[in-house]
Amino acid sequence: MAPLFITLFLPLAGSLFLLLLNKDKPKLIKYTAFGFSFVTFVVSLFLLYFFNQNNPNFQLVFEAVWIPSIDAGFRIGLDGMSLLLLLLTTFISTITILSSFGAIEKREKEYYAMILLLQFAMTGVFLALDLLLFFVFWELILIPMYFIIGIWGGKDRIYAAVKFFIFTAVGSLFMLVAIVWLGYYTGTYIIHNSAGFTTNFFVLKSALSNHPIPIEVQRWLFIAFALSFCIKVPVFPLHTWLPDAHTEAPTPGSVVLAGVLLKMGTYGLVRFNLELFPQASIEFAPYIGVLAVIGIIYGALVSMVQTDVKRLVAFSSVSHLGFVVLGIFSMTIEGLQGAIIQMVNHGLTTGMLFLCVGMIYERRHSRDIAEFGGLARVMPAFTVFFGIAMLGSVGLPGLNGFIGEYLTLFGAFKSPVLGSQWYTIVSATGVIFAAIYLLWMFQRVMFGTITNHKNENLKDLNKREWATLIPIVILIVWIGVHPNSFLKISENSTKALVNKLELVKSGNQKNIKVKVSQVKHYSVNKNK
Amino acid sequence: MHELIKYVPLLPFIGFLILGLFGKYFKKEAIIGTIGSGTVFGSLIISLIIFFDFMGKGHEKPLLVPVYKWIETGALNINVSYQVDQLSILFSLIVTGVGFLIHVYSIGYMRGDRSYYRFFSYMNLFIFMMLNLVLADNLLFTFLGWEGVGLCSYLLIGFWYDRKFEGYKITWTGDAGNKAFIVNRIGDFGFIIAMFLIFNEFSSLQYTEVSSLAAADTMKYFGSGTITAITLLMFLGCTGKSAQIPLAVWLPDAMAGPTPVSALIHAATMVTAGVYLVARNSVLFALSPVSMEVVAIVGIATAFFAATIGLVQNDIKKVLAYSTVSQLGYMFAALGVGAFTAGVFHVMTHAFFKGLLFLGAGSVIHGMHDEQNIKNMGGLKSYMPVTYKTFFVATMAISGIPFFSGFFSKDEILWNAFSNGNIFLWLIGATAAFFTAFYMFRLLKLTFHGKERFDHHHVHPHESPKVMTLPLIILAFLSAVGGFLGVPYALGFWFNTKPNLLESWLHPVFQPAQVILQRTEGHQIHSIEYILMLVSVGIALTAIYLAKRFYSDEQWAFPRALAGRFQTVYKLLLNKYSLDEIYFAIIGTPILKLSQSFLWKIFDVKIIDGFVNGLATVTVGAGEKIRRIQTGVAQNYALLMMGGIILIIAWLIFSY
Repeated sequence: MAPLFITLFLPLAGSLFLLLLNKDKPKLIKYTAFGFSFVTFVVSLFLLYFFNQNNPNFQLVFEAVWIPSIDAGFRIGLDGMSLLLLLLTTFISTITILSSFGAIEKREKEYYAMILLLQFAMTGVFLALDLLLFFVFWELILIPMYFIIGIWGGKDRIYAAVKFFIFTAVGSLFMLVAIVWLGYYTGTYIIHNSAGFTTNFFVLKSALSNHPIPIEVQRWLFIAFALSFCIKVPVFPLHTWLPDAHTEAPTPGSVVLAGVLLKMGTYGLVRFNLELFPQASIEFAPYIGVLAVIGIIYGALVSMVQTDVKRLVAFSSVSHLGFVVLGIFSMTIEGLQGAIIQMVNHGLTTGMLFLCVGMIYERRHSRDIAEFGGLARVMPAFTVFFGIAMLGSVGLPGLNGFIGEYLTLFGAFKSPVLGSQWYTIVSATGVIFAAIYLLWMFQRVMFGTITNHKNENLKDLNKREWATLIPIVILIVWIGVHPNSFLKISENSTKALVNKLELVKSGNQKNIKVKVSQVKHYSVNKNK
Repeated sequence: MHELIKYVPLLPFIGFLILGLFGKYFKKEAIIGTIGSGTVFGSLIISLIIFFDFMGKGHEKPLLVPVYKWIETGALNINVSYQVDQLSILFSLIVTGVGFLIHVYSIGYMRGDRSYYRFFSYMNLFIFMMLNLVLADNLLFTFLGWEGVGLCSYLLIGFWYDRKFEGYKITWTGDAGNKAFIVNRIGDFGFIIAMFLIFNEFSSLQYTEVSSLAAADTMKYFGSGTITAITLLMFLGCTGKSAQIPLAVWLPDAMAGPTPVSALIHAATMVTAGVYLVARNSVLFALSPVSMEVVAIVGIATAFFAATIGLVQNDIKKVLAYSTVSQLGYMFAALGVGAFTAGVFHVMTHAFFKGLLFLGAGSVIHGMHDEQNIKNMGGLKSYMPVTYKTFFVATMAISGIPFFSGFFSKDEILWNAFSNGNIFLWLIGATAAFFTAFYMFRLLKLTFHGKERFDHHHVHPHESPKVMTLPLIILAFLSAVGGFLGVPYALGFWFNTKPNLLESWLHPVFQPAQVILQRTEGHQIHSIEYILMLVSVGIALTAIYLAKRFYSDEQWAFPRALAGRFQTVYKLLLNKYSLDEIYFAIIGTPILKLSQSFLWKIFDVKIIDGFVNGLATVTVGAGEKIRRIQTGVAQNYALLMMGGIILIIAWLIFSY
């Protein structure tokens, strides 16, 4: 239990502690922030020891009363998927803070307090097993992220920050309404607890699997949750906030955005949409699958014509996360496992691509591809790192990206829920386009001869930058060469979820109808 | 003993790590070169040990050597595991043998290069990946090698990343590398889908399992749509890797890489991976007559078209590149008519003579200070005697002069094209053989014979150092006598040996496919075979005679006149049938235009963002967008919340 609490609250403590420090001592502030984040990461690794991979249920669960009148509680816990994403969060946060040393040059105190607050909220999102608690963490993200983009961002930072805020806030609004409905319905009509309301995820999960919500209502609830999550992912066509946010955010902001924030959307889809609204999920899967496929191709095509490196990487995210969404809605073990590993992968490779772009930006204050060329000559070590990130993103076997793409595509291929092999066939062309836009970019930036004299004396990586990139490279190779050490963690919880979905799908429709009518019947009685 | 197979790929991998991580601290090139070639030599020795062990124990069935579990989730259970059988041993011998010679050659060729260690680390990585490709016991692991060699090809084509290279839409060598990688990716798309289909059908990706399952139920699978789809998609992958129509366009541009790379990757080994893949899955291909026909036709067409382009090229490496495309076409033609052994046989002899030709070309380029245009050469024979003699042997071999290696393998293919295919396949193949002999002797003549056309003040041709010529000599020996491993039955008695050693060696691998095809590979001695053999020898000799006559007068009056007379044809060939231009015009440009001007500028910016911004503007009231959005946040939020709550209440009321 202790490591879980430390993982969650240490960043918050760090954030508050930073406020006590003198703002004129940026060095102290930096190292303190890094210290907090690094210790959190180390502690979070202990969770691997306490976590039992063979147990498909939530583990290390802690529950405490919060608002008894609506049965909202402070409930946290882990399953395989959330453990992986939690570790990704603590890892990326540490890397992010390390990368901030070079990228952030004003108002350090506020900045590092924001980053640690953000880490706290992100951790909370992946741990929360109570809808209200989840919602609080979910919304809490907005505040630090809004300021990180808005204060430390680029030229059009205000526009980007506002756009980011509006898109996400609109989405979460629907989710809140759905949570209220769900809590009321379950509390009053299914479990009849004293509050007549509940946000307890365990209770909701078991109550709803025994008494599914009538499909007509389930659809709307599914949409309300999915809308919020799909904006966050982002799923085409809700993606347009992303390129702006990424381009304008400071490097560490982009890293954490790509590395962790976007995963909250895909995580939510699995955790809440598939778990709580299985019938509606099965019904909607083909449509969301189509959006995912469009996203894969669309993101890749638009990436191809970008002139700003950062924007290019941002659009590539739309493409890569399409694979995740496709994997999720394939509702097969392979697809979901692929989606989970792809979430981690995207965090690592795209995060690393943003780091690399940031490193060039810090040297040249430009992200325009045309400004560069021939950097390989002056920055050989950087070339290797950038190259590995690029190839991981391209999906080269032996590196991480391939595992995720292969599994999600395979899952979609055999998925009875999607019901057509065309999802995979069309998506697989995205693999071709990924090679095109990334290789072209790499060629134009790194190879050839130096034509712009400003690039002649660029310095290769310094020690801190080496330290930032090497851990990511190790993971990129590790996942590619031995994905089993990661797949194993989430295998059993994924299997449990898929089994449940298969049961729902095969459970004959009549049966469900009967249950629905029972519920209706009952509710009518109660109203009397 | 066969467990040693793990170390065959491992050694070059260790070499790659050592050179890649610490190479720049090694001050002496000799150390780097020794590590680089030493590891490959080690692999060669182990391969030989396994070969003799396997043969000595008289194994028939493949032996599997699992290393570890790679991807295990849901129904998937993919191992990193090697398969030791006749085919994989043969390929690992070719890869490590020819690979080792080319590594040694590179010690001399790359002398003084700024990134000497980087070159050898990439080369070692390539050998590692290529060995994974041919030794893997399942498709996905093969795919790792398949993409891995693609990566090395990309890295090595663009090795001199700051040099220019001329080509359609290509400015730098790196652009050529990109082209290779991207075109290959199109093929990989087919490979991936084929894998999915195979797993759906057989619940396995392991070669032995899939083949035995497929062969066990020929009733179900013969001619079935699934098998045809699988094999055609897989073949799409092969057309990428092995540069066949329609994906052949990348190979000539791959010549941007250093010449040893062209020899190793783009002639001897990587480009034959497609042939390997079809041979490895011979059972699946044999089950689909349609796919077999497609393979044969694509192969023979590629052999023909590439040969015609080779007739008019003036860059020594480009001639050889088109020649490689053409020779690969022969191999596929052989596979397509069910002559799997003949296809693999040609892979081997081609590795010898084409590897040699490229290394010879490298020696010429080296001696000519980076000159590659054969119009600026001539008379190099006396300056580079070893290079000349070995190049001559290779030219004899590729032209199909009796008893050189290429004669046996090519003749085997042509004979099978005739006996198991039809007269047209033979005819096209024979015509391409005529062109082959012609362009090769044209190349030989323009490079080594005749007047010296180079500038004597700037260029001082010289023979290459021993470290380069020694591999040439060894390969020349192999090119000369390598064919005796596959002496056809028709000629077997002449040599008083067991006929066709290679076929009996590979027999266990291809037997299941042969059973399905209900035929054996040209065992019956046939008088027609003698006639065809004589005809093809005649064809080669005629071509050689013509080439000599055409280019013996220093003005090249006749070929010039011919080019003038048939200008359209000449231009067409010189421009390589404008395939690059056509592809770009019908695929590349439209996609780019669509992405740039519609998807991004209109769909993203105008429609979606416009909608969102419009929504905000409407809510707030007209005004300057950004400022108003900022002040409008809270209102937006509240408004939407209200709307949402009203909607929910409405549902609540109406649903109960």
